[in-house]
Parts: sequence; C-alpha cells; structure tokens
Amino acid sequence: MSMLEVKDLRVAYGKIEAVKGISFTVGQGEVVCLIGTNGAGKTTTLRTISGLIRPSSGEIWFEGKRIDAVPAHEIVMLGLAHSPEGRRIFPRLTVEENLLLGAFARNDHGAIKDDLQAAYELFPILGERSKQPAGTFSGGEQQMLAMGRAMMSRPKLLMLDEPSMGLSPIMMQLIMSTVKTLRSQGTTILLVEQNARAALKLADKGYVLEVGHIVLDGTGDELLVSDEVRKAYLGED
Amino acid sequence: MDLFFQQLLNGLTLGSLYALIAVGYTVVYGIVQLINFAHGEVFMIGAFGALATWTMLFKGTTAIWVLPFMIVGAIAVSVTVAVVMERVAYRPLRNAPRLAPLITAIGISVFLQEAIRLFYPGAKSAMPFPQIEFVTGAAMEWGPLTVRRSALFTIGALIMCTAALWFFINRTKLGRGMLAVSQDKDTARLMGINVDRIVAVAFALGATLAGIAGVAQGLQNNNIDFFMGFLAGLKAFTAAVLGGIGNIMGAVVGGLVLGIVEAMAVQFIPGTFGGSPWKDVWAFALLIIVLVFRPQGILGAKTVDRA
Repeated sequence: MSMLEVKDLRVAYGKIEAVKGISFTVGQGEVVCLIGTNGAGKTTTLRTISGLIRPSSGEIWFEGKRIDAVPAHEIVMLGLAHSPEGRRIFPRLTVEENLLLGAFARNDHGAIKDDLQAAYELFPILGERSKQPAGTFSGGEQQMLAMGRAMMSRPKLLMLDEPSMGLSPIMMQLIMSTVKTLRSQGTTILLVEQNARAALKLADKGYVLEVGHIVLDGTGDELLVSDEVRKAYLGED
Repeated sequence: MDLFFQQLLNGLTLGSLYALIAVGYTVVYGIVQLINFAHGEVFMIGAFGALATWTMLFKGTTAIWVLPFMIVGAIAVSVTVAVVMERVAYRPLRNAPRLAPLITAIGISVFLQEAIRLFYPGAKSAMPFPQIEFVTGAAMEWGPLTVRRSALFTIGALIMCTAALWFFINRTKLGRGMLAVSQDKDTARLMGINVDRIVAVAFALGATLAGIAGVAQGLQNNNIDFFMGFLAGLKAFTAAVLGGIGNIMGAVVGGLVLGIVEAMAVQFIPGTFGGSPWKDVWAFALLIIVLVFRPQGILGAKTVDRA
C-alpha cells in the first residue's frame, strides 16, 4: 500500500483550475519528485496535500486515512510535514524558536530536545547561530532552517517545495545530499523541483506536470533519459 | 518642580489605564490585522462584571479580600464577551473586505453599550463602584506628593500585567505560536498551530487586561457607566498607534506617553489652550505629530513583537 495516494485531484482558484485531475502515489521510503515549469500546479498540489487549500474534487489518502478535509494543523500531527516554497521561516524569531515551532504539535519535551540536537548535527551552522534572528540568514541557511524545522515534527513524509530555488550550486548540492541523508534515515520524501536533473538523479519515481496535468511518469532514471524530459526540462537537444 | 512630579504621577496613572486597554487593540491587530473598536466596551463590561460580582456575592463588604474576586469576575465577563464576539461576529468575516469587520466592530460597540444600559439594573445613569479598604480612601502624602491609593493599584496592575505578558509571549509555547501566527499564518498552520485558537487567545488576552483596567477605573472614579468605554477606548487605541500598532510593549509605552503628555498639557500649557478642557486636543495632536514623523509608532513593527 502506498503511503500517500492522490486520486483525480482538482484544485481551483476561483474559476481558474490550477490542478486538473491528477493522480499519483508515494510509497514508503521512496523519494518521489514532481517536476514541471512555473504554473504547472506543483506548489498548488503540495499546498492541497498539506491542507492549506481545499480541493474542488478528488481524494487524498495518507497511511490509509482520507485527509482532504482535515485541517492543516492536524495533518502535521499525522506525520506529514511541508517545507514551503520560498522557505517561509519566521524572520523575527531566532533559529531555535523556528525549530521549536516545527515541534509545536508535539508534547514529548525530552524527545524534542533530542531532535533539536539532531537538527544541529544535520546542519551545524544552525547550532552555531541558534540565538540569532532567522531573518539575518542567507537563502541557503534559511533553506537548511526550513528543512530542519519541518523535520522537527518527526514526519513520516516530508514534502519539500523548491528547496534549491535561488541557491548557489554548492549550497544546492548540500541540500540535495541532505535529502539523501534524510531518506537513508527512513523519511519518505515528496520533492518539487525546477532543477529537474538534480531531482531526478536522486528520485525513485518522478511525475512531470504540465498546466495541471500529469503528462509523464516513470522512475527517475527513465525520465532522465526520456526525450521529452531532456528537451523540455534538461535543456538538451 | 513638585507640580511636575505630581503631574508625572497623575500622568503615569492615567497612562497605565490607557496601556492596559491598549494592549488589547494591539495584540488583536498583530494577529488578525483588525482594529477591534468594540474593545473599549470590553473594558466597560469588565467594570460591570466586577460590580455585579460584588453586588451578588459581597454586598456591603469593603474588606480588601473581595478585590481579587472582583478582578476575577471582571476578567471572566470581559473574556467571555471578547471571545464570543470574535467567534460570532469577526470570525465569519475573516476573509471579508476590511470595511466589513470595521463596521461590525462599531455595531458590537453600540450593542454592548445599549445592552448594559437597558438590562443592567440601574445602569441608565452612572452607578457607584464599591469602595474597597486599602485601595480606595484617603490619599497618602509622600512628601510634597499626593498619592491616591487607586493610582498605586493601577500602576501596580500595569507592571504586573506587563511582566506576565512578556513572560507569556517570550517564554511559553502558546506565546511562540502567537508570534508565528502574527508573522505568517499559512506557515504557522504547517507547524501544527491552530490559527483559530490563537486568534481566540489574542482576544482573551486583551480582554483580561481590559477587565483589570475596568476594575482600576471603577476604583479611581468611584462610579462607572455604560458609556465609559468610548473615550477610554479611543484614547487606548491612540496609545496603541502611538507605540506602534501590533507591538505589545509599544502599547505599554504609548499608553504611558499619552497619559503623561495629557497630564503635563493640563498643568503647563498656559492661557486659553491649557487646562483640562484641552487635554484631549493635545492627546490627539500628539498622535498626529507621531503619525507624521514616525508613522510606524514609537517602537514600530506591524506584528505582535517582543521589542
């Protein structure tokens, strides 16, 4: 059984339909990526899964429970974390406060402390600057904070929206290798990326979105070599 | 010079009252970007809550031990009214154009005034507020200063409330949740924060301080009336804007500054423009000056902030 199952999902902003009936699955332990250009509906899809937007029709199932009508703050408690596009860290709070907010839904204080240490081990820079306001951080550091914060809820499934956006190549590599680390530690990952090559390289499975439809799917390796993907998303001839 | 210190004390007293009410405007604004113009009535209702508690349970008693019960009664009534108001009137309008909640606020304001006037026995005219030994009664002489006991109660209440508020915002999980919601609602939801609950907490928090302010006002003024929330609310709103709307400590600073400026203007502006008839003019003149030269307020910030 899949961990996450999206069935014929449609999402509209007013009269404009952004997601036009897509279906996909994410299995336990997989890294699945959604690729596509701006406006393809990737971010909308993630925001709908995490409960920030309500679908106009379709179903979303997470670990055997239907969640498309569950409030966003309860979805986190089920073990589904969302690191949103543009990082969206809380700029006027310190790094530590940001991380603790990631654990807002939890009450196991001892384990939260352990996870705080784990986040500082994953990203040492966060530990060094734990008392600084997060708004003073660079884009890459904010991305680390956003991922660390999402991990603080101990998610079974982590959704990352454009983690490499606006980052230097070195920072991007670091973020991608962190995704690998998290997967090896047992976290399932749903990744939305514009950098299709980097995403497909580490994905078990990929879906290509175009204006609200899934037009192609396959394993990461299959998509990397497919003609359509190479032409449209990898900039090759 | 004695006059100066006397007026400073009077200004601090008045300012403490403004500050206690102003926090309610600012904390709600910081969370939902709504100016709750019915907040003055929450303060008024708190005073009536204290009076009702005394009338029903302790009538005839003037001992100091009834004061905590009156404060609890005031807070209970204020918080209930504020939370119900949010749930019934403001929440359905959360995504409506901004004019809708504003007009609603004015409607609630009139509704609450009239409800008290018509249904609280005897409230058609001003009602005497119970005199409690130790916090009312003969003023004390501290050297050249005349210190009213109720003034010490008011200033003391502000100090304690400010300390408690600081602790709540900066040191508790719920306070951290409020900061998060004020900065980014959607992301706060992704953290597992129930935004509706935080909004209710913000209203309750402001109402708690307004209820305490209602008691302080009753003790100072010896009587209360259904219209007392109007000008006090307007002044407290001014104080909140003065300090930087959305900034909690700004509301405290703004309240104190406004109170002191009023007291000083009454005493030290000579001739036609001096004296108490002009104090409101100077208070609002101060608001205009601050808005022209420092529109973000004395402490600034547009969200609930700790600074």
